[in-house]
Amino acid sequence: MKFVSPTEFAKDKLWSVQEYSLLCGRSIASLFSRPVYFSDIFTQMDSIGIGSLPIVILSGFFTGCVLALQSVSSLKEFGAVSMTGTLVSLSMVKELGPVLTGLMVSGRNASGMASELGSMKVTEQLDAMRALGVDPIRKLVAPRVSATVFMLFWLTVISDAVGMLGGGLVGVFMLGLNAHSYWRTSYRALNYGDVVQGMTKPVFFGFIIATVGCYFGVSTKGGTQGVGKATTQAVVVSSVMIIVMDFLISRLTIGIFGR
Amino acid sequence: MPEEKAKEPVLEVQNVSIAFDDNRVLDDVSFTLYNGETCVLLGPAGGGKSVLLKIINGLIPPDSGSIRVFGQEITTMKQQELFQMRRRVGMVFQESALFDSMNVEDNVAYRLNEEGVDPAEAHKRVEESLEFVELSQAISKFPSELSGGMRRRVSIARALITKPDLILYDSPTGGLDPITSTTIVELILKQRDESHTASLMITHRLQDAFFLATHHWDSATKSAQLIPDGGVDKNTKFLVLNEGRVVFDGSTLELTHSEDPWLQNFLS
Repeated sequence: MKFVSPTEFAKDKLWSVQEYSLLCGRSIASLFSRPVYFSDIFTQMDSIGIGSLPIVILSGFFTGCVLALQSVSSLKEFGAVSMTGTLVSLSMVKELGPVLTGLMVSGRNASGMASELGSMKVTEQLDAMRALGVDPIRKLVAPRVSATVFMLFWLTVISDAVGMLGGGLVGVFMLGLNAHSYWRTSYRALNYGDVVQGMTKPVFFGFIIATVGCYFGVSTKGGTQGVGKATTQAVVVSSVMIIVMDFLISRLTIGIFGR
Repeated sequence: MPEEKAKEPVLEVQNVSIAFDDNRVLDDVSFTLYNGETCVLLGPAGGGKSVLLKIINGLIPPDSGSIRVFGQEITTMKQQELFQMRRRVGMVFQESALFDSMNVEDNVAYRLNEEGVDPAEAHKRVEESLEFVELSQAISKFPSELSGGMRRRVSIARALITKPDLILYDSPTGGLDPITSTTIVELILKQRDESHTASLMITHRLQDAFFLATHHWDSATKSAQLIPDGGVDKNTKFLVLNEGRVVFDGSTLELTHSEDPWLQNFLS
């Protein structure tokens, strides 16, 4: 194993942060100046949003189911089984919906973006695009960023809904809860701050997924092995950044809304 | 071609150097390419030829030195200005670099589509361009369905479709068999003699370089013909790089009559 001096290591990491920041800045700026590639944005929306729908629905639904199943034993001890709806809806909307959807979409799309752009990089297609007078950040990165941010928001809404539905079905058919009571407590548990917290997270998570996936793609080095490495790094880094960002947004919104 | 127009510099490279980590890839490289000239860039593998071509097209910034393309300094250009400059430059990549998710027509028409050219007009120009490289039958194929030589020809068609003022060929015959290589060099020869566009061609195959210098395109027979009486093309010059430094910059005759031992060894 090759050891790198701490100075070189720090320089390398700082360089990566600088390049990542530049990519983020340029991809955002690209959306506010012409040309904007709307057809590419819609293609990416289809690929990222519609393509991720099955895994988001399945993971959201079964997370809601298991949440109801696990929580009822604890709630029973306090005679608070009727609070199952409250627990499921708060957990899904504030935390599990956005985070799980972010992680699922990250696994599917950050890897896809890194491998697609990485393959283009190692076969000189990105250089060819620049040589043909087209900015790859504008053509490839900006559409993926805007499409992921937009679609992750709606995927999270769907995940929250099917999670609550799953919890409700388990509560009614397996735990004998009253359906009307479950939905009423679920709905009434949520206040404005909870919804804002839950809906803010996917915007940031979407941005992280797309920019990290694209960054590792466009900075791929070293042939097919490099593409594999970039793909792995994209998923790992975006997943960790999602968890860290989740904590920061939670802390901020709790500070603002008091819960 | 009027003499004064032929002497306009299209490309001026002055004291360009670049290093990757501790490896100095280009060291104080200087040369000039004039309008209508074809410069063959020779040298051993790993000598910095491809890096030089990418620097000229603004794809890599040099560590130091000046590069003027069409009279404009590109080392201080903003990204957007570079994209505008590149629209006047055609580049053929070493491994063709075709977009593998697009068919041949979309690859060749890429620049036209980006410029918003009418689809019917773009299709017509794609057909003309593919006809030039004798590949009309492959218009709807995808890159994965093409042979290496066909991919290289599509890449040439893509570079030429907008009739650029400067063409950069990065090892257009690299990795091809001798017969296919000759076909590609004939296309470059045809382009040189029909359009008189300034071009820079990297090759490590001496036979390709001297084929270009000693042949001309005969439009009557539509084939490459040897220049009579052992003549050479006046507008074809040579630049030889070794370990990042220019070891020769001059005409074909100057190259063949050079007494530099390294050059003589390289050419033998």
